[in-house]
Amino acid sequence: MPDEITIVVDDSPVRVPSGASVAVAVAIAGRACRTSVTGEPRGPLCGMGICFECRVTINNIPHRRACQVFSEPGMVVRTGD
Amino acid sequence: MSKSAYDVIVIGCGIVGAACALEFARREMRVAVIDREIVGGGATAAGMGHIVVMDDSDAQFDLTRYSQQLWQELRPELPDDVEYEPCGTIWVAADDDEMAEVHRKHHYYGDRRVPTEVLDPQDLKKLEPNLREGLAGGLLVPEDAVLYPPCAAQFLIERAQKHGAHLRTGANVVQIEDDCVRLADGTTIPAEIVVNATGTGAPELAVGVDIKKRKGHLLITDRYPGFLRHQLVELGYLKSAHSVSSDSVAFNVQPRRTGQILIGSSRQYGAESSEVESGMLMRMLQRAQEYMPALGSLSSIRAWTGFRAATPDKLPLIGPMAGEKTKFLASGHEGLGITTSLGTARILADHITGSQPAIPIDPYLPSRLAKVFAHA
Amino acid sequence: MQQRFDILVVGGGPAGIAAAVRAAECGAKVGIVDDNPNLGGQIWRGASESIGEAASWRGKLQATNVTILCGTRVFHQPRAGVLFAEHEDGLQVLGYENLILATGARERFLPFPGWTLPNVMGAGGLQAMVKSGLPIDGKRVIIAGTGPLLLAVAAYLRQKDAEIAVICEQASIRNLARFSIALLRHPQKIRQALRLRKDIRGVPFATSSWPISADGRNALESVTISRNGKHETIACEYLACGFHLVPNIELPQLLGCQIHGGYVQVDELQETSVKGIYCAGEPTGIGGVESSLVQGEIAGFSAASRPEEARKLFGARERGRDMCSLLDRTFRLRGELRNVLSSETLVCRCEDVSYSRLQKHSSWRAAKLQTRCGMGPCQGRICGPATEFLFDWSPDSTRPPIFPARVDNLAAMTEPELQQTTISGGS
Repeated sequence: MPDEITIVVDDSPVRVPSGASVAVAVAIAGRACRTSVTGEPRGPLCGMGICFECRVTINNIPHRRACQVFSEPGMVVRTGD
Repeated sequence: MSKSAYDVIVIGCGIVGAACALEFARREMRVAVIDREIVGGGATAAGMGHIVVMDDSDAQFDLTRYSQQLWQELRPELPDDVEYEPCGTIWVAADDDEMAEVHRKHHYYGDRRVPTEVLDPQDLKKLEPNLREGLAGGLLVPEDAVLYPPCAAQFLIERAQKHGAHLRTGANVVQIEDDCVRLADGTTIPAEIVVNATGTGAPELAVGVDIKKRKGHLLITDRYPGFLRHQLVELGYLKSAHSVSSDSVAFNVQPRRTGQILIGSSRQYGAESSEVESGMLMRMLQRAQEYMPALGSLSSIRAWTGFRAATPDKLPLIGPMAGEKTKFLASGHEGLGITTSLGTARILADHITGSQPAIPIDPYLPSRLAKVFAHA
Repeated sequence: MQQRFDILVVGGGPAGIAAAVRAAECGAKVGIVDDNPNLGGQIWRGASESIGEAASWRGKLQATNVTILCGTRVFHQPRAGVLFAEHEDGLQVLGYENLILATGARERFLPFPGWTLPNVMGAGGLQAMVKSGLPIDGKRVIIAGTGPLLLAVAAYLRQKDAEIAVICEQASIRNLARFSIALLRHPQKIRQALRLRKDIRGVPFATSSWPISADGRNALESVTISRNGKHETIACEYLACGFHLVPNIELPQLLGCQIHGGYVQVDELQETSVKGIYCAGEPTGIGGVESSLVQGEIAGFSAASRPEEARKLFGARERGRDMCSLLDRTFRLRGELRNVLSSETLVCRCEDVSYSRLQKHSSWRAAKLQTRCGMGPCQGRICGPATEFLFDWSPDSTRPPIFPARVDNLAAMTEPELQQTTISGGS
């Protein structure tokens, strides 16, 4: 049984494999990462930190690229910004 | 382009050229606008897009106020992508000296029926929570606005075209002759009147025109809706704009409708290359953080430079070139090109068609600088 | 934080790792910097095997005293010999005598209706997400686009028990057949190819095939592909779609390196047109792992002033030299890919600019100013290659910051501090 940790995505706890990126956590939570300027839901595209579609707010800091951040216990993630 | 002469050829399709083209076309003159690159690609593309009344001189006030009112009249017709935002300006005072300047401006504008409001430190904090503690106050000018200049220029030229104006981009005018303009490829386009609205390029087409390039840096951040509500300018900006020889920076930030923050400003004389200069950029951003420390944590996306067209007395050149009857200038607007574009076009067209302009054109006439101009 | 190196390597993929290892073995003080949380770049992302090429090179790196700076992205060169890089903890000021740029490549994305739906990702993009922990077992995936990456991704996802409905390669079977024959010259590639064939046995593979649209309400639900001149709609949960690779040349451009045909020009010692700046791997030509490794080694030796060691590898490098043009020819983008867009299809995802809005303009610059295409945080990395394909537009000059950076990091030093800093070895 692999290690799992819990982070909070949009006020709901999500269990993710230890070492998973926040982008993965958001996907497991069934959420899209951000909302585009015309209101479209968006998720990761490039997976390598250059497309900026996976931006979420982590611990109150906006515009963090979720694919480049490891999930850590106690993290609070907000999507849709 | 047709063979018979245009009534007017406007050289340069930045915001000033586009505004002039519209003004002439609306008066049913046959107009052609020629730009060597694209619409609004020069200083228009680089600048901060503010519409602001200024009072360095009565003449500057008259033109900025008149033009600001023209923008307000035009506002209902502006398309969405022009992003006109009546966010107002707050002139920020850091100390008692600058607060005295706030009061002086308040009275100056009050006498001229421009609504303003003196702000104490508490007011300032309420209106702009991200400004640092310890400022002395400010002056709110609620009728100032910001917009997105390239789309504004595009709107103006499209409207001019609807009135019959012709636009030609990617054509470089190398000479203004008595009855035509000559392009780089050798061809000529005949015109009764020529208006040189080429901004910093004006001296290339008119020897002796005293316009110098004044380089500026700008930076734009990612989107932070609600971070900033008004355009903010430090009163020290006036010291920066006044300096005729040294490089200077001043705190000047602007909210875009997108929620991005535009951070300026800087001024340099004698810098010819358009490269982003690390030293100037850092000075400018450090100055900005002095007033608004929270800017530091924002994500910056792009930096760029532009060249303002600066004259010796900080007033633009609007009117016939000295000794000329058919060759006109509409250039030298320094940091007020967006603001004064509409007013410039209106008084120039009035002057040319013999109508009485709403404000006297005399302070802006090129002949005031008492130089002998020679056309190229 | 300020650090000074004899040789600074930018990019922690195969080329960068190989360069850092060789340079360090020659006795230089070496630093290697990469944006990702771990080294490996894309192709060795999350490689946790204890055997194989990736492991071997990681082992070599561990044996050196190279300073490893992950989660660190270079965004500016404030003066010669100094790079500014941003880390979560703050600004990294990196001084260097010599620089090796191993910035790799990224996928080329081409727009089609529905491509902005969540769960439509790049091929490498989906692979990266799975390597980062995305559960894919039992999920239905379509892989599409062009290039050898599609097969590598298919093999990987298969291993992770994804159900791959089809692989759609836009290249023709004729081009692929020619490619296979040409690969005979590259024994290592043959071994790879045979392994891949085994890994994806049974997976439907369509040539001259590409996505027409992706559909779904809030996320992907189905993909319509063109196959044999007919459209087929296939329900699926993920679409992994990328059209080969484009080199990351932003940093070389910022530093003034000569670019030719979209790639960084280097001499036989992998030195660019700027003295003391070397470039290795994909930015010099998309050639794959072997090419990246040997170029990295050569650059490492050259930067460490050991050209005679570098020369010993010229032969090995030669064997990989034609790979770039072979890949370009084989996976050339067909014109039909321009026709799948509708007028509402978004081209710039940062600013939501549609195809029809862009069609009004005749240059990248005009389009950018009027629509803000390319002015978002991706700085044109996603939409740039697309508009180049769609409109033949060439990109602008490069300005700092070449990666979004915090204002306080961009402004971190005063001009006198910058001039006085002793961290750079050069003048």
